[in-house]
Amino acid sequence: MLRKFHSVLGLIAAALVVVISITGGILALDPFLERTQAKVVGTSSTSVAELTAKLTSRYPGAEQIQRTSSGTVIVYFANADGTGADIINPLTGETIGPYTASPVMVWVKRLHRSYLLDTPGRVATGIGALLMLLITFSGVFMLANRLGSFRQIFRPIKGSFKQQLHCQMGRVIVLGLLLSSVTGLYMSAVSLELLPEPQSIEPSFPESVSGGIPLPTDKLQALKEIPVSELRELVYPYAEDLTDVYTIKTKQGSGFIDQSTGQLLSYQAYGTKQAFYELIFMLHTGEGLWWLGLLLGLCALAVPMMSWTGIQIWWERHKSDTELNNNTAIRMADTVILVGSESNSTWGFAKTLHDSLNKAGYLVHTTAMNNFVNHYPHAKRLFVLTSTYGDGDAPSSANHFMAILEMITHTPNLPVAVLGFGDNQFPHFCQFAKNVDTALRAKGWQVLLPFETINQQSPQEFARWGVELSKVLGTELVLAHSPALPRCNKLVLAERIDYGAEVQAPTTVFRFKEEPREGVVGLFDKVAGRSGLSHFEAGDLVGILPPESNMPRFYSLASASKDGMLEICVRYHLGGVCSSYLHALSIGDSINAFIKPNPSFRPSSSNAPIVLIGAGTGIGPLVGFIRHNTAHHAMHLYWGGRCPESDFLYKAELNSYLEDKRLTKLNAVFSRVSQRAYVQDKITLDGDELRRLIEEGAQILVCGGRRMANSVMAALNEVILPLGIDVQTLREQDRYREDVY
Amino acid sequence: MKYIAMTLCLLSGAFLTTTASAREVNLTTEMKNYGGDGAYLAIYLTDEKGIYQETVWVAGQKSKYYKHLSGWVRGTRKRESEYDGLTGASVTSGKTLTVTLDLADSYIDSGFQLRIDSAVEDMRDHRNDIVVPFTSEGVGQPISGRGYVKTFTYSF
Repeated sequence: MLRKFHSVLGLIAAALVVVISITGGILALDPFLERTQAKVVGTSSTSVAELTAKLTSRYPGAEQIQRTSSGTVIVYFANADGTGADIINPLTGETIGPYTASPVMVWVKRLHRSYLLDTPGRVATGIGALLMLLITFSGVFMLANRLGSFRQIFRPIKGSFKQQLHCQMGRVIVLGLLLSSVTGLYMSAVSLELLPEPQSIEPSFPESVSGGIPLPTDKLQALKEIPVSELRELVYPYAEDLTDVYTIKTKQGSGFIDQSTGQLLSYQAYGTKQAFYELIFMLHTGEGLWWLGLLLGLCALAVPMMSWTGIQIWWERHKSDTELNNNTAIRMADTVILVGSESNSTWGFAKTLHDSLNKAGYLVHTTAMNNFVNHYPHAKRLFVLTSTYGDGDAPSSANHFMAILEMITHTPNLPVAVLGFGDNQFPHFCQFAKNVDTALRAKGWQVLLPFETINQQSPQEFARWGVELSKVLGTELVLAHSPALPRCNKLVLAERIDYGAEVQAPTTVFRFKEEPREGVVGLFDKVAGRSGLSHFEAGDLVGILPPESNMPRFYSLASASKDGMLEICVRYHLGGVCSSYLHALSIGDSINAFIKPNPSFRPSSSNAPIVLIGAGTGIGPLVGFIRHNTAHHAMHLYWGGRCPESDFLYKAELNSYLEDKRLTKLNAVFSRVSQRAYVQDKITLDGDELRRLIEEGAQILVCGGRRMANSVMAALNEVILPLGIDVQTLREQDRYREDVY
Repeated sequence: MKYIAMTLCLLSGAFLTTTASAREVNLTTEMKNYGGDGAYLAIYLTDEKGIYQETVWVAGQKSKYYKHLSGWVRGTRKRESEYDGLTGASVTSGKTLTVTLDLADSYIDSGFQLRIDSAVEDMRDHRNDIVVPFTSEGVGQPISGRGYVKTFTYSF
């Protein structure tokens, strides 16, 4: 709900707000520039009368003196050529230069205040300020939700590159935006007369003036008592009018001065309302508070970037959302489908089931497992379709399911079918789905269909399950599902480095380049993300489609977009569809590939040391991290291969990183040499060093096969036992991350 | 009864005379390209000493900004009755304001002056942007303004 609110507002407001913020950012420079030119020192010991005395010879036709809040003094005058305005030195009365409001700045200000549309435009900018305020607030709440609570709002942010950028930037600028939008909104409301006029009542023109012979300006008693630093505006009387008066405005109030007696007439001090308005005005414009102005300006200039990243995040989510047609409300539904999914692929299957049941006349309610409730008034059957995350954990849309189930005391008369999705190469295949099924049965939920699994998104297995379902329902259902594939890009093999043939582990580092695109990439293509591969970092995944297959295989990336190539490290497996396809490639051959972000597998940006652990091709992303460690954080690599002469992957590169300090220490061990050792053995051996690093707050990144990862975890648990913690503790602190296959 | 009829006669006569002695006047005010938001203008009549007589036209409808038209405000003391029904939109940079209305003959060639005060948001105020004697000779003679008014011309 919050997210939807934030996105909808953001999309509506983008254009309005971007204009206001860019112009605001430009305007913010003004007080600063003025301040650098203004002469301020010493103006508190000079009176306005002294200043006017110095001006009489130079500006006989002076009509008005104005002092801006940044201290610039401007004199307006009439001469033979008409009227003019000069900036003057308030101490000497000398001319500094002509005063002209830059037409560009005037235009920018009008754009900022009213989109150049006068009153209707002012209404629109007021709405813009309100939207800005609402977006900022909802953004803060979203961030707090995402990080757990307001207390944790400064914790590191996980997510894709764009999400991180959006959140990080948001955290930095949030206070500035709140201040700008609240003050802007207030000023809008005053200018549109929605709030009462804050300006104090003007002193009324004196009922009677002496009308005598005017004194020279510098002899006026009232002006002698006002220091220049207090002045805002002095308007001279109209030359031919003996009954006219001087009009004076200072920081404290305003009034008139009789031109022949020099007396202050009908002076009126400003009230608190005006003081409040002036404070708001200063906080909004930075006039008289140039440093705040600059800060607010910088915040404002970040808004277009926020809009851009925000729109892209929205677009990516929008694209991946599976749209459900005819989703029946809970209170009407006779069939309920609950979905547990991490990356949306299970939603695709759920949609196929939903549509097919719908077509057969069922009233289907499909939702995430986290939306599970204890009472479905008309439901006759319940389906649970879920994937598994990691070692049997719940995927993100199901992470509260077990807790909700636990709280249901009265088991309804509602038969359930649980269908697990996974990949049977992993040891804990469909573990979460199994756990769900077990938990439901343990609580006495009836069986609609026995527990079943779907391996590697197999459409055939799904269709087969559909046949079983048809029998139970007594309705013919056809579950034809073709998993949607992300849009692929063509990549051309530019380089390959082969290792390990001698030790029966042919391993190759492949470097691909994007095929140059023909024609011009249009803006629309860019917006829609159609301009080649999306942005990637080392540690993200590339999905590669072998020919005549719609099952992508994923490999960890050893390079980032900025390296200008896509690098993976792949070992040949006998009978492996994709590895044998890749190993048979020659330079110039092309493949179909797409990027799948894996933002959780990254070194954190803190200064704590980083321990990289891997074996075999697991070195790929780890080398990528080292390669980009140009800030020279401490990085310790533990890696295991077979034979230093044959499969020491990246040997030369790693040595060069040791030299230029991108890599702190290289611990390579080999299993087919006389002192054979596996990487976990080296970890046990290096216990003291690792304990020291972990006490310094080290983060550990593990990449490689599942068996190696388990051995490493066991070894590390032994190593850190004396510290009174285990790997699980580190994992919860976000200091232990795995990329395991 | 006779007395009442007499009074009515006299009154209507007096009324007719005033209508008869008013003249349709055309006022054309061309603005400079001062490059800001719409300008507020007050066009009014004074005697030769500058004492306010009557409001002719006010361009700009938000009365909270009227304080910037200082000469005119001094004369009207911001009384709404002085300008009721005599206001219109503010005049944008570079545009021309044309007003046609009836003014009493007695103002013509009798030492009275037409004056314009002008003001633009965020820019300085111009009291007496235009000061011009209201005479038969002055008809069709463009007068240059000191502030935001480029030229002012009247005709009748």
